[in-house]
Amino acid sequence: MTRAPLFLLYLNVLVVATCGLIYELLAGTLASYVLGDSVTQFSLVIGVYLSALGVGAWLSRFITRDLARAFVEVEMGVALLGGTSAPLLFFGFGHLSWFHLMLFGVVFAIGVLVGLELPLLMRILKEHLDFSDLVSRVLAFDYIGALLASLLFPLFLIPQLGLVRTSLAFGILNALVGLWGTWLLKPLIVGPLLGLRVRGLAVIGLLTAGLVTADRLTDLAEQQMFPHPVVYTRTTSYQRIVVTQGVGTFQLFLNGNLQFNSSDEYRYHEALVHPALVAASTPRKVLVLGGGDGLAVREILKHPAVEAVTLVDIDPEMTALADRFPPLQKLNNAALHDRRVAIEHADALIWLEQCTDIFDAAIIDFPDPNTFSLGKLYTTRFYKLLKARLAPQAAVAIQCTSPLVARASFWCIVRTLEAAGFTVEPYQAAVPSFGVWGYCLARPVAEASSVAGTRAAARRVELPPELLSQLRFLNNRTYRSLFDLPEDAGPVPVEINRLDNQMLVRYYEAEWKHWN
Amino acid sequence: MELTRRDLLATFLATPAVMAAGCSSSPALLPLEGSIVGASAAIGHRLRDGFRPTPAENRWQTVGVVIVGGGIAGLAAAWRLTQAGFDDFVVLELEPSAGGTSTSGTLGGISCPWGAHYLPVPLQENRGLLKLLDEMGVLEGRAADGEPIVAEQFLCRDPSKRLFFEGEWHEGLHPRAGESAADSRDWAAFQKQIDGWVAWRDARGRRAFSLPAATCSDDAEVTALDKICMADWLARQNLKSARLRWLVDYACRDDFGLTVEQTSAWAGLFYFASRLRAPGAEPQPLLTWPEGNGHLVEHLRLALGDALRTGWGVSEMIPQTGDKRGVDIVAVSHEGTDAAGFHARDAIFCAPHFLAPHLIRDFRKSRSTDAAEFQYGSWMVANLLLRERPRETGFPLAWDNVLYGSPSLGYVTATHQQGIDRGPTVFTYYYPFCDDNPRAGRARLAALSWNDCAEIVLSDLERAHPEIRRLVTRLDVMHWGHAMIRPRPGFVWGTARVQEALPFGAIRFANTDLSGVALFEEAYYHGVRAAEEILVDRGVPFDSLY
Repeated sequence: MTRAPLFLLYLNVLVVATCGLIYELLAGTLASYVLGDSVTQFSLVIGVYLSALGVGAWLSRFITRDLARAFVEVEMGVALLGGTSAPLLFFGFGHLSWFHLMLFGVVFAIGVLVGLELPLLMRILKEHLDFSDLVSRVLAFDYIGALLASLLFPLFLIPQLGLVRTSLAFGILNALVGLWGTWLLKPLIVGPLLGLRVRGLAVIGLLTAGLVTADRLTDLAEQQMFPHPVVYTRTTSYQRIVVTQGVGTFQLFLNGNLQFNSSDEYRYHEALVHPALVAASTPRKVLVLGGGDGLAVREILKHPAVEAVTLVDIDPEMTALADRFPPLQKLNNAALHDRRVAIEHADALIWLEQCTDIFDAAIIDFPDPNTFSLGKLYTTRFYKLLKARLAPQAAVAIQCTSPLVARASFWCIVRTLEAAGFTVEPYQAAVPSFGVWGYCLARPVAEASSVAGTRAAARRVELPPELLSQLRFLNNRTYRSLFDLPEDAGPVPVEINRLDNQMLVRYYEAEWKHWN
Repeated sequence: MELTRRDLLATFLATPAVMAAGCSSSPALLPLEGSIVGASAAIGHRLRDGFRPTPAENRWQTVGVVIVGGGIAGLAAAWRLTQAGFDDFVVLELEPSAGGTSTSGTLGGISCPWGAHYLPVPLQENRGLLKLLDEMGVLEGRAADGEPIVAEQFLCRDPSKRLFFEGEWHEGLHPRAGESAADSRDWAAFQKQIDGWVAWRDARGRRAFSLPAATCSDDAEVTALDKICMADWLARQNLKSARLRWLVDYACRDDFGLTVEQTSAWAGLFYFASRLRAPGAEPQPLLTWPEGNGHLVEHLRLALGDALRTGWGVSEMIPQTGDKRGVDIVAVSHEGTDAAGFHARDAIFCAPHFLAPHLIRDFRKSRSTDAAEFQYGSWMVANLLLRERPRETGFPLAWDNVLYGSPSLGYVTATHQQGIDRGPTVFTYYYPFCDDNPRAGRARLAALSWNDCAEIVLSDLERAHPEIRRLVTRLDVMHWGHAMIRPRPGFVWGTARVQEALPFGAIRFANTDLSGVALFEEAYYHGVRAAEEILVDRGVPFDSLY
């Protein structure tokens, strides 16, 4: 062999090494995204991968004939498996219960194939080179490739291409190297080349098709709507569920609207749940409408008086999300599997019309009223139906969108609750991911004199010490300050939201349009 | 004559876009179930052609009042008698269930209307109707100004109406997108005209247009409107906007089954002005139920028990002669196999008025006017069961969904008022036959097979919902041969309408036809009025509802 092909072979080593490390990083990243606990995931993936490299190296001794052909075939295999690894793993995560087995199986298989590569290549080249020269050069290029991969991966590939496209693109690169090898190693390959080349082209074709259709798997346009990589998507009959993963935190989006960020959702949910449950004094039976993420239920279960929680969420995929996306299971403390919790899947308005139970407290955590089918869940009709299902001393908390951005919407909900016969105390909390967020504490008592009473009572509350010890956001001082609305969130004149006028949807649309 | 699909669509939809679509797609129908349901034309036609069964001697009974026809007027009359504690009556209804054109049904477990499907909230002056709504629990009380307060769940849920216009759905029925200055000027001028009529009062303080129509002014300035058609009225006001004309035409077809050229200007203005409380007010909100006005039927029917005899059509009414007061009535079972007789002191004729000369002996001979002046339009109503909602852009699915430029009236969504926003639903589709000659319309309707009807409905809806054929799993059709009285120019304030309403011996007439417009409010009013006349006659004490 002349010098030129030798140099090209080193380039080959560089590419092969880069690809190998990219696949490993992909698997580790994907596992940390979907399973959480990145230290564990990376540690396990690296361990399995490195041991598989060893197995591959050891297996290489059993290949004794036609080394060059074997090398090209291994390249094709790595290209196919590594290239499809990220889309396959994403698919498996959404659909398989034995995802862990699949993950480590794929990592192991890639590792074995990559482990075969260098020993085979070195054996091919040893006829043409001084052994010490060979070892030093091959390993040097191998480690340079590793450096290249480790720099490219976080700085360019993940931010620009995302996991699925990176995987497919490096699979194609890998297959191109394999195909190129059929020319480079032509003198060394025994027998016909056509079959090898056709297979190489087939792998490239398959991965290219994958890259083209990747938009449908994880939509690049959709990805660009989110600041962090999309790690889970599902389109249900009711909504599009998207989970994105940032550094150490994840975010849930429904139809593109942020529902929570795991880094500060405790602020949102503590403020949503505890005022109502404390006001209800001994809440035995609690109703949750919406809130299929289980995070409100997690807070509710911190109250020892609670004997039964009924959660009504329209979307079975939403209440199953914690089972499919383990980091959420961890975040909500497996609240939806608590024996006190019963889950029903229904439209809350229709469910309330048919409900016969009486509840001591209710937590309402619907998405913001940006459609008519959500807007109906904020009407006088809805609140009157709810009131009929509440014990006389019950308390209700409702998430009410941002009083800063959507001030008229916020006060529309307040006034609608009042029109339905509730005494209402609006309040707010700062949730960094959302900004200033609004809620209502409502009690089913009508007498005018009790308004001041409710207000004063809310401000006198001492949170029980055993509860305080479980809270990260609320203490007695912050609790009382929740009820101090700033000047720019004060009352504005609004109409009542009724089924037959859906004023709230109109306010909301106008206000958020203005904001965006 | 067998119509080809192309002929069918050209005749019934008359839209080039549909023609094009029809030619490119396969005309093959349809992995779809359905049938033509309802209206017992067979026994009706036998009676028309002289079938007059005689009851056996032992099949005669004596009863105080026989109410002929179990539509809204008949049910309201019976309900009114029951309210006053008078229960010596029977209601005879040819169809297997009561309700007339307010009848309803279910498709795939979803309740849906087969005819009338809403009622504007009555103004406080319509005391009689408010009494019924009070009893039904629809009203929560009265506002300070005396207007009724309606419980929210009975008002049509927002979004109530949308229009498919220039390839997109828009909120409301008035196409505003891209209107010209002339369009908006005409619209404002039209509103001003309507407001003028809302404010108008005659020397006795009566409104020009109010419900029931019997309370409208008969001042010459108002009745003169009945001499011209609505299109001429628009022309006289110099209102030329095509969009405005479409909206007015839609209103006329929706309420009367007549085009803007065929509708009396009095009736056209009645539609717009009678539902406004005051100049500049919003039109009265609409009451509706998943099964449409079938809900009102059910309430009226409940009080009647076995006084309501469904499946029994009246074949002959024989007024007593001489000093004997009363009327003998022969009824025939739905299948025509059984006959029964009633010796009644009074009868209320609540069937469509065109039947009076066929059923009442010597009726034609003793009236100077002609019952044939009462003309009726035909309608096709289809209920479509959809396994899923169509995907769409623009303004979302509403209760009433109208296609601009279509000869149909679009469809109402049966699950809307139940608050069910996803999953299977039923669309109730309305198509009025606006032929100048009502007989020609009836013949055209009668000639349509189920396949023809399905093709018309689906081709029409396909313009707004291209995937409709993949979503519909069942399509039932009802043919209404005599659906609605037609208030064409000259009829409402002509002599025939007034003369025909006068009692004939012991037979009183009560039907929406007598108002010249087909409305729940009118049928109910006439039923209650006739019942109260009988109560007065018999000296039964009661507080009049009107």
